Amino acid sequence: MNNGQPHDPHDQLSPSRLGLGLFAVYVLLYGGFMGLVLVRPDLLASRPFGGVNLAILSGLGLILAAVVLSAIYMVARSNR
Amino acid sequence: MLHETSPLAIGIFAAFVFGVLWLSFWLGRKGQSAQGYYAAHGQVHWFVNGVAFAGDYLSAASFLGICGMIAFSGYDGFLYSIGFLAGWVVALFVIAEPIKALGRFTFADALDARFNSRGIKLAVAISTLVVSIFYLIPQMVGAGSLVTPLLGLPHAVGVMLVGAAVTVIVVTAGMVSTTWVQFIKGSLLVFFCGILTVLILNRGLTVNAGRSGPVDLTPQVRTVRPDGTVLVDGRPQSADHDLRPIGTITRLPERFAGKTTTGPLGPLAYLAALEDSTIVTWSQETTVDQDGTHVTFTPRERPAAELLRPGGYFKGLAGGTLAGRLDFASLMLALFCGTASLPHILIRYYTVKDAAAARRSTVVGIAAIGFFYLLTLYLGLGAMTSGALDPTDTNMAAPLLAKSFNQTLFAVISAIAFTTVLGTVSGLIMAGSGAVAHDLVENVCGVQMTDHEKVRVGKLAAVALGIVAMALGILFKGFNVGFLVGWAFNIAASANLPALVMLLFWPRTTKQGITAAVTVGMVSSLGWILLSADTFEKVYGLSRDLSPMPFSQPGLVTIPLGFLVLVVVSLLTPAPTRR
Repeated sequence: MNNGQPHDPHDQLSPSRLGLGLFAVYVLLYGGFMGLVLVRPDLLASRPFGGVNLAILSGLGLILAAVVLSAIYMVARSNR
Repeated sequence: MLHETSPLAIGIFAAFVFGVLWLSFWLGRKGQSAQGYYAAHGQVHWFVNGVAFAGDYLSAASFLGICGMIAFSGYDGFLYSIGFLAGWVVALFVIAEPIKALGRFTFADALDARFNSRGIKLAVAISTLVVSIFYLIPQMVGAGSLVTPLLGLPHAVGVMLVGAAVTVIVVTAGMVSTTWVQFIKGSLLVFFCGILTVLILNRGLTVNAGRSGPVDLTPQVRTVRPDGTVLVDGRPQSADHDLRPIGTITRLPERFAGKTTTGPLGPLAYLAALEDSTIVTWSQETTVDQDGTHVTFTPRERPAAELLRPGGYFKGLAGGTLAGRLDFASLMLALFCGTASLPHILIRYYTVKDAAAARRSTVVGIAAIGFFYLLTLYLGLGAMTSGALDPTDTNMAAPLLAKSFNQTLFAVISAIAFTTVLGTVSGLIMAGSGAVAHDLVENVCGVQMTDHEKVRVGKLAAVALGIVAMALGILFKGFNVGFLVGWAFNIAASANLPALVMLLFWPRTTKQGITAAVTVGMVSSLGWILLSADTFEKVYGLSRDLSPMPFSQPGLVTIPLGFLVLVVVSLLTPAPTRR
């Protein structure tokens, strides 16, 4: 509600370039993983590390990547 | 399955629920203005708000639904975890700071900030209500599933318990109490699931869940007769004659030859050992005749590795049809785009003081939620091999896993699961209540209200939504809650995300474009779901073949459709004037 005083969002907001860059990185990771699941799910059965298959490793990696990228974003924005 | 109740479990459960209600009443003194009721005065600390994000977001679908799906179908349940968390990346990097700067009470405030359009307010308010109601269904179904084994009460009573408790929470103090309920619930959920995971790793893997003798591999049949009585393998169901709990390992890896248990394992060693083990899964088939409805559960011994890769639940992934793959892709797109479009998540940005606090709280939320989703893999796989699963209810996997350790943990986990439902449902009802009172009554209908009246209308709306939620929770009994919540994500992503993103990135966006995109996205995704094969089969009880839709999840078509409609309508209408 603006109480009759609409404001122009372009004057006060826009997603930061850093945020959009990190977003692009995650989209590539997420899209690549989903592409693998859809097109070559057989590759995900391979076990490259610790006896754990690629499906699980990449899933865990995607979750960790989201946490790490968000931490980078917070630190970088806080230092401005 | 029949479940014995225990006074200890009931006592712990009651302590949790009454503790939450007491907190709600206590905090109720602080939220009597409209700003307090709808936005907690915008003074919630960013860390508290971040954990409350986790409490809001980690719903019955995340806890009960995903754990159940992993326990019964393997890796595919974990794909939900990945998708649910990925959506937060959109929220943080694209939406968080702008939405805080734009809005005041509701999502409609943000979309309408530039235009002051009744059309936008109406479309977004309706979309908020539709999404909230679709998100409410799985929460209420989860609540009903929980109270049956815990308190020995029917599903419908559980649904009504949650409905009543949540309505009290929301009506007493609005966003203030909702925030603290979600903070406490989020903290407890992550903490106790961490403990449960440690216990799973410490127990390791055990043949036949530690029971003596070979695994019983005879099929089981549950019959519900026309008069409502239940038979198990042809005899009346009772405490002494019931379905056997399922979820067992029959053989450990070669390196544990001669042993019946692996002993404690590390996080990766646990996964590796399970991959080399042999387990038993149970398929189910339903037949109906004049004697009643018969569900036959048939065991199959198989390598666990088959369940640790995609294709156990999403059949289209394992050499399936193109439609099956598109269905999966559509769901994953909806999960990615849906989080940042959920009204009950978006309104939490108005409870902090500025955009920096919004950003920080999102990062805290991502950390807590990400950690929880890592745990879901172990909770689900731990349940899969616990020998404690109820073959008739996938939603009970996590609580029954806790029960396989001890009764106290079962009571605690069930109580936390119940408060999980309370936290999420209170957030949803807050979002719906704001949409009715603030957007529809005040802004669309133009009813001038005092501050006190705004709060009163919001509370009346909360009561009405609570009643609707109870009815739907009873109607959808038996559905996997993870599956159900996918619908809400599809509708939210289709109706809200195109308008939100284009408002931020495309100055040519017009109010007509936003109104059309929200309306078309909502109607098309809702219509697609109602006509999908899944709905035909699971809701209407009809053949999947009668469905006119090529696949069940609409997002792959309806999200781009929302963007397209917005662009076309905006280009066909006068460009907005900058003020």
